[in-house]
Amino acid sequence: MSDIAIELRGIDKSFGLVHANKNINLTVRKGTIHGIIGENGAGKSTLMSILYGFYQADSGDILVGGNRVTIKDPNAAISSGIGMVHQHFMLVENFTVLENVMLGAEDSQILNTSISKARVELKRLEKEYALEVNPDALIEELPVGLQQRVEILKALYRKADILILDEPTGVLTPPEADHLFRILGQLKDQGKTIIFITHKLREIMAITDEVSVMRRGEMVATRKTKDTSVEELAELMVGRRVLLRVDKGEANPGAVKLAVENLTVRDSRGVTMVDNVSFTLRAGEIVGIAGVAGNGQSELLEAISGIRRAVSGTVLLNGKPIDVTGHADPGDLRNRGLAHVPEDRHHVGLVLKFDEAENGILGYHNDKRYLNGVFLDTKAIQADAEEKIRKYDIRPPNPRLKTANFSGGNQQKIVLAREMERGPDVLIIGQPTRGVDVGAIEFIHKRIIEMRDQGKAVLLVSVELDEIRALSDRIIVMFAGRVVGEREPDATEGELGLLMAGVEGRKEAAE
Amino acid sequence: MSNPYAKLPAWAEYGLIPLVNLVVAFLVAGLVVLLVGENPLNAAYHMINGAFGRGEYIGFTLYYATTFIFTGLSVAVAFHAGLFNIGSEGQAYIGGIGVALACLWLDKTMPWFVVFPLAIVGSAAFGALWAFLPGWLQAKRGSHVVITTIMFNFIASSLMVYLLTRVLKPLGSMAPQTRTFEAGGQLPKLDWLLSVFGLEVGNAPFNVSFLLALLAAFGVWVLIWRTKLGYEMRTMGFSPSAARYAGMKEARITVIVMMISGGLAGLMALNPIMGEQFRMQLDFVQGAGFVGIAVALMGRSHPAGIIPAAILFGMLYQGGAEIAFEMPSISRDMIVIIQGLVILFAGALENMFRPAIGRGFATFGRRFPVAAERGA
Repeated sequence: MSDIAIELRGIDKSFGLVHANKNINLTVRKGTIHGIIGENGAGKSTLMSILYGFYQADSGDILVGGNRVTIKDPNAAISSGIGMVHQHFMLVENFTVLENVMLGAEDSQILNTSISKARVELKRLEKEYALEVNPDALIEELPVGLQQRVEILKALYRKADILILDEPTGVLTPPEADHLFRILGQLKDQGKTIIFITHKLREIMAITDEVSVMRRGEMVATRKTKDTSVEELAELMVGRRVLLRVDKGEANPGAVKLAVENLTVRDSRGVTMVDNVSFTLRAGEIVGIAGVAGNGQSELLEAISGIRRAVSGTVLLNGKPIDVTGHADPGDLRNRGLAHVPEDRHHVGLVLKFDEAENGILGYHNDKRYLNGVFLDTKAIQADAEEKIRKYDIRPPNPRLKTANFSGGNQQKIVLAREMERGPDVLIIGQPTRGVDVGAIEFIHKRIIEMRDQGKAVLLVSVELDEIRALSDRIIVMFAGRVVGEREPDATEGELGLLMAGVEGRKEAAE
Repeated sequence: MSNPYAKLPAWAEYGLIPLVNLVVAFLVAGLVVLLVGENPLNAAYHMINGAFGRGEYIGFTLYYATTFIFTGLSVAVAFHAGLFNIGSEGQAYIGGIGVALACLWLDKTMPWFVVFPLAIVGSAAFGALWAFLPGWLQAKRGSHVVITTIMFNFIASSLMVYLLTRVLKPLGSMAPQTRTFEAGGQLPKLDWLLSVFGLEVGNAPFNVSFLLALLAAFGVWVLIWRTKLGYEMRTMGFSPSAARYAGMKEARITVIVMMISGGLAGLMALNPIMGEQFRMQLDFVQGAGFVGIAVALMGRSHPAGIIPAAILFGMLYQGGAEIAFEMPSISRDMIVIIQGLVILFAGALENMFRPAIGRGFATFGRRFPVAAERGA
């Protein structure tokens, strides 16, 4: 037996004209945590999908434990000892933990015998790896951190020696992420090999032994983690030097621009998503709303911007009420100085099948400057798009190109340009840098701070705590639809993390 | 990975792929012909010859094409707003009332060029009215247009039976149809247009409504790609959530789009009523509304695609009739099979050959400049 768990030799994969993986070589040592880092679209997921049998490589070899293997589907991957924990969990919500773990791995036609066998095995695994979870709990009742643990157990139950984790911390609170790192450490000590995919540099530095960097479908470097630095990795990822810190001066808060009082919003199933939320937003400040995804931030933004009806509460924009419970109209709110960069640019903020110029007027299409009577003034729209492309350095600089063909960062710049260039009084931004490459993040952060310095009121929602802390002048933490605390930006990550997990908040609310 | 298909050059996207689909459809159709014991090459000859062999045949092909352009545009307009109007059939049928009323009123006193504009307005108005109700029900009550427009097809059908047997039928006649129109209710043929190419129109009812169809196609292009309403429609069609975000009035747009779609379907009635029969008969639409769905699919809802697609279906109708005439073991139903295959390959399976063609381009044509940064 060699000490190499997985070796990839010359893996090549194209989707039509898109060359997603170019001649990838990768060696992962047994019993290590190997990080794979790269921007969105660098080809990390494609590579892992090849390793897990979702795709076949066009050419190249996969060696597991020194032997050449053909992985034609996920079953083949599992029998080679490769397990995968997906970014989006593959769990049946209304099954129990036990049922999920054994699903597809039943070893008898009679369910009862399978279940009792699986129960014994699951207990053994839980003990061996210190992964406690109640085997009879329903998945939908478990917090995401535990759901992820079930995914790990699923892989271990299938006798995986090599675990691939795809962006595992995206849905976790900081304490949950720390816990995951401890689990991964234990698994490593037990001799498991872990491949850890992420775009967060800090996580790489925290837990990996080695790290490989991908850029534009190529494996550009592999480093021992202790011999590298965040700066070097960022530079390797982007291909140029990046400024990771955000420089900003003091805020000069002015008049209240947006006042939210006792806002309550329910989702389509009638579940209360925003629960009696109140806060104010002043000119010249950035208020960040921190929280784990799904704690009501999305619904809050939608209610304020007129997309979703609120159940009760009032919202004042520039001192005048918005009819949030009735007929608030996004078009009308835009005219009143409220701009909105939505969280989901693919389905809400942009029409991906439109060309760049067409997306440049979305929501502002009633504006006289883009119209000749009932006709679109295509020349004006084109000129407008060209100006924004120049100002926001949108690449490729082609207003006729279909929006789907822009990278995530450039798509986001299209939305930002549209919403910022109008000079709104209030700008609400959801997930400004989700799925955006490191190079563009720097640019976007700068713009947001510029808006603040011009005296605009900025409401920022992000699941990236680092981003909230770097940009905000005040931080509001949401948990389970409620505001559980307000902190200064110099609050420690641990403090905010506890609030986001609902721990501190309960105490505060009780007091 | 959001789009598993690589982007192809426009000529391959809009030319090569439909062509490949069409060729495959005809190959399979050929197998079916072989199965009933006839020579497919022979059938193909009769099809092509029957559709284009003589000026008169071409006239018939284009006459059918005219009808299909209208209904194809009708379906396509709704499609762009994300609405699936299956009711073009009924809307065209009801549109006939508008044509008939204009003709019955003025055909004896006015020349055709006075009656024609009135008939245009009438047919569009009646068609639009018939689409307004399903549109309104969708916008206000959430009743799905696919369901309601199918229902409205049946209502239209029953209504027309009533009107043509009780109200519009001349006294003493046994046929369920209006009286035959005089000169004012008869559209002139486009014989001059064919004679430019040295062709004789003969008996073919190829008439001026063909020009109206071309005009309507241009109008639809302007509407969809050059007006604010078209922009709103396309936004709604691609992404209802983006439309809501942009503050577009979904209900209003739904109703307006359905009315435009119905109006276009209504215009179709001009062609058979004023252009061929010179009277309104029972069931004069003859499924053209449904063919319109296939035409819109095949033409990718773009007027520049709908016109050739309509001509293709006109060819299938006219050439198919010729096959049925020349080759007795092939019935008219055979033509329906061929049409079905065209729809199957051009519509439902339109992406079947795309991966292979995409690979072909990847291997042989790396010089096409396409954004290639969309791997993971």
